Amino acid sequence: MTAPAQPTPQPLIGLRRATVRFGSTVALQTIDLTLHRGERLALVGSNGSGKTTLLRLLHGLLPGDGERRAHALQPEAREPVGAMLFQRPFLLRLPVHWNVRVGLWLRGVPRDQHDGRCRDALERVGLSRLAQRPARDLSGGQQQRLALARAWALQPDILYLDEPTASLDPSAKREVEALIAEVAADGITLVMSTHNLGQAKRLASRVVCLEAGRLLADLSVDRFFGGGELPHAARQFLKGELAWNT
Amino acid sequence: MEHLKSQRGARRRILSLAVAATALLPLLGTAQDGRFIVMASTTSTEQSGLFGHLLPAFRQASGIEVRVVAVGTGQALDMARRGDADVVFVHDTAAEEKFVADGYATQRRNVMYNDFVLIGPKADPAGIQGSDIAAALKKLAPTGQPFVSRGDKSGTHAAELRLWKSAGVDLGTARPAGYKECGCGMGPALNMAAATGAYLLADRGTWLNFKNRGDLAILVEGDKSLFNQYGVMVVNPARHPHVKAALAQQFADWVVSPAGQQAIAGYRIGGEALFFPNAGR
Amino acid sequence: MRLRAHLDLDIPCRRARHPTVSVLSESLGTAAALLAQGDRTLWHTVALSLQVSGSACLLGAGFGIALGAALAAYRFAGQRALVLLLNTLLALPSVVVGLMVYLLLSRQGPLGSLGILFTPTAMVIAQSVLVVPLIAALTRRLLLSALAEGGDQLRSLGAGPGQAALLLLVHERFGLLTVLLTAFGRAIAEVGAVMIVGGNIDGVTRVMTTSIALETSKGDLPLALALGFVLLAVVGLINALIGLLQWRGARAPAEAMA
Repeated sequence: MTAPAQPTPQPLIGLRRATVRFGSTVALQTIDLTLHRGERLALVGSNGSGKTTLLRLLHGLLPGDGERRAHALQPEAREPVGAMLFQRPFLLRLPVHWNVRVGLWLRGVPRDQHDGRCRDALERVGLSRLAQRPARDLSGGQQQRLALARAWALQPDILYLDEPTASLDPSAKREVEALIAEVAADGITLVMSTHNLGQAKRLASRVVCLEAGRLLADLSVDRFFGGGELPHAARQFLKGELAWNT
Repeated sequence: MEHLKSQRGARRRILSLAVAATALLPLLGTAQDGRFIVMASTTSTEQSGLFGHLLPAFRQASGIEVRVVAVGTGQALDMARRGDADVVFVHDTAAEEKFVADGYATQRRNVMYNDFVLIGPKADPAGIQGSDIAAALKKLAPTGQPFVSRGDKSGTHAAELRLWKSAGVDLGTARPAGYKECGCGMGPALNMAAATGAYLLADRGTWLNFKNRGDLAILVEGDKSLFNQYGVMVVNPARHPHVKAALAQQFADWVVSPAGQQAIAGYRIGGEALFFPNAGR
Repeated sequence: MRLRAHLDLDIPCRRARHPTVSVLSESLGTAAALLAQGDRTLWHTVALSLQVSGSACLLGAGFGIALGAALAAYRFAGQRALVLLLNTLLALPSVVVGLMVYLLLSRQGPLGSLGILFTPTAMVIAQSVLVVPLIAALTRRLLLSALAEGGDQLRSLGAGPGQAALLLLVHERFGLLTVLLTAFGRAIAEVGAVMIVGGNIDGVTRVMTTSIALETSKGDLPLALALGFVLLAVVGLINALIGLLQWRGARAPAEAMA
């Protein structure tokens, strides 16, 4: 699904020569990347390529060398707000709706808005009738939908997703993917790391391919999967992965 | 869904109420918090059971509750020196006189006496049975038989040391082979003696009330030097102004009065009197 | 406790092969009789034990949980040293705690003017001091493992260390209950501290453990043991009740086995 042509893309997060080291290992090597508003960016690569690290760096969870800039949103004239989804969401031993409220509380959303936002978010992900259940009682797919509700309630500008469907069974995977597409349709910028190239093809507008901490390719989704010019390593990766993935 | 939630909520509320109620109770103090004094006394006096008999009588006569903290004589006197007690009731005349001389009490008065007895295994392997304590100890020392000493600066311990001295045994240089210091009260010392078949010096009151005798028996008694004098002292308010001197004085006065003395004489175990009142003598 | 005097205990005693066995069986019988007869002195003593140790745990929990949570959630200078100190204090003998609190509350001590020495309040204070290191160390452990599981995600939601600690304490509330029960066990079983600061005063500061000590020193070993069994029975009952509440309160059985 290609996004309709947009007027001049707005930069949101800019990385210049960004490098992240864990002890002696270099997880990311001099990455130049700019995230634009409305993009659906997929980060692909094999395990240990640095996808998760890049994701966290964009979100601002990690320190690194080099430059990370958050540009003000236009016309809102404020910094972009990000929220993140993890492969296995951490939910508190509380009822479902409390998990959403906790997210709202931590972000400092005014008290009077909590009820409304919580209700709306749970409705959008289809968990309204489970609102009073202990969050830990939910199935894997339902828990991920709850995590999505938690993130959505914050009304983020950017949603970061770290392999969000990797632990889910096929039907739960479809449900969650559909919701992610809805999030994007709302105008929220997506950054998603995934193993699943089919998912990248379905959801992304732009693909960044990583290998051993280096950026191999940074192309629109059509050009990445369309058989165009690709660096050798990226082509190898594509060949290897496509055989296994739909 | 809703009904379960309220059930859990109700349960939680009951639990927290119960917890709160239980928690606050000790901080409210005991029911009768009105007039009371703290008395530092000795474990041997308490374990003889005398206080259970004497103090209710005083309570009835005066309305004052006496709270007994029973420790060794040395510790009792230390407590009083620190001002943590209002009245002292111990049995070590020399230490008590020093206490008065140091100004912690204005006077000491005799209350009652009993005697010490030398306890040992019925079979008496050291062959010391008799009525002369100095001779008995002299005979005991070289046999190497086990002897339990309280070693805790108590009145009984002080008496025991005096008796060894009178028997001519120098515990510093010529300590008997079986001499064991437990640093404990009379009861635990008796327990130890019963378990190891040892000799020891005990006050008759604790002995009569003691239940774990094993095969111990009284071997030496009746010697004049086994005389054990009890005295009472009110802690000097000049030293510790917060002391309840008036109430404590009431107790001291009562215990040497005919009423108190009679109560003491009336305390018996198995028909036998444990303490003999001798106030004013 | 003048139980022997006014309880007419007629316990059938089979001639046992070994004296220790007969003492044990006699004590069990005495314990059962004590529980059945409902002697007032006994129940007052049991109630006082529960109140003192219960209050001490609640008071200690206030400090202990906060301390343990702070040590788990925050990073600050001297943290290692503080954790080492905490773990060392786990071995603090109860009699030493009793002594320190005694010196604090003695008339000659800094808090002497409060006049709470030889009262149940002093006992509560002493036992609180005793359980704080235990509660703090166990809470820290509990939170560290919770932080390992979810600390990252809470941080990504915007939680600061304090907020993460608070959320995880709520998250681990069943684990915390177990911590409190452990501390309660430690408190109600100790005798050194309450003996020194309480003075074992009959009817005022005499609790189960000091009664047991007293009966032992009076040589009445069977009664002492019997009192011990009574204490165990009471604590066992409390643990069972709390376990029942936990099991029925928690919807998912897996979570209830804290």
